Amino acid sequence: MDTQLDLWEVFIQSKSGNHHTHAGSVHASDKQMALQNARDIYTRRNEGSSIWVVPTKYITASNSEDADMLFDPAFDKIYRHPTFYIMPEGAKQI
Amino acid sequence: MTKQKARYHYTLRLGDHALIQGHRLSEWCSKGPFLEEDLALTNLALDNIGRAQAFLKYAAELEGRDRTEDDLAYKRDERQFYNFLITELPIGDFSFTIAKQLLISVYEYLLFTELSKSSDETIAGISAKTLKEVKYHLTHARDWCYRLGKGTEVSHTKLQNSFNELWMYTGEMFEVYEEDECLISEGIACDASSLKPKWMEMVQTILMDSNITIPNVDYMQTGSNKGIHTEYLGHLLSEVQYLQRAYPDAKW
Repeated sequence: MDTQLDLWEVFIQSKSGNHHTHAGSVHASDKQMALQNARDIYTRRNEGSSIWVVPTKYITASNSEDADMLFDPAFDKIYRHPTFYIMPEGAKQI
Repeated sequence: MTKQKARYHYTLRLGDHALIQGHRLSEWCSKGPFLEEDLALTNLALDNIGRAQAFLKYAAELEGRDRTEDDLAYKRDERQFYNFLITELPIGDFSFTIAKQLLISVYEYLLFTELSKSSDETIAGISAKTLKEVKYHLTHARDWCYRLGKGTEVSHTKLQNSFNELWMYTGEMFEVYEEDECLISEGIACDASSLKPKWMEMVQTILMDSNITIPNVDYMQTGSNKGIHTEYLGHLLSEVQYLQRAYPDAKW
């Protein structure tokens, strides 16, 4: 018998305005418990100002076998980086 | 009794409740029902021990006998402890700890709401910090009551039995002692008896929402204010105080 509770992914925002970043996962039977467990595990040392929890089953992940197809084509497209372009002289705002 | 001494006693009691309650919660360390809950319970323990440290430190100051918070925690005998009996009861099973946490947290939520307005600035300061922690303790205990009370037949029965067993230990929380009266009239201490109606209302609502029946128990245990305890406190202290008893004044 599987005695583990459902798995939830935890996203922590370190301070207001920042992104929520993936911190790890917790086991919980409902969303309240997931929030509380995330609080107790990932924000004990003052790491957080906001928490998102998402049931792991709702996350769709890319397949590692598709990595070549998905990511390799971006290798040689350096013009997609802003640093590729020469800044016009006199431009103050980037 | 002088007012200073009454204030010392009052602060000491606040420290003792937190110290003993915190120690009991810490006994869950590595024994929680699952990893996340293990951490949750030990977090609660740390909140309590932090609070105990703050209140005992202030108590030692009020006492004015050059003792520290550590002296008060580690070098008093059982009969000199004034924690509520409910705090020293063994942790029991998980439902017992949850029921205990609920009864105590609702009380502490009301108590520290009042004490954060105390005319004693130190008590008000510690209480304001504690109130934030206690709100979380209350949410944690309440949500577990819903889950266990409305969970399986086994979890419901265990939770109901735990409340039945603990109910007679709730009376002490609302006792008002003669020595506290001058503190209450000056707005230093809180009139605990005035918290009872609101406590009852909040506990009743949560128990009702958890399908738990309010225990029909009239008899209430008492004694902690005179240092009279259950058989469990002595055993607890022998563990808490072991190091200082075996190696007096040992330091880290």
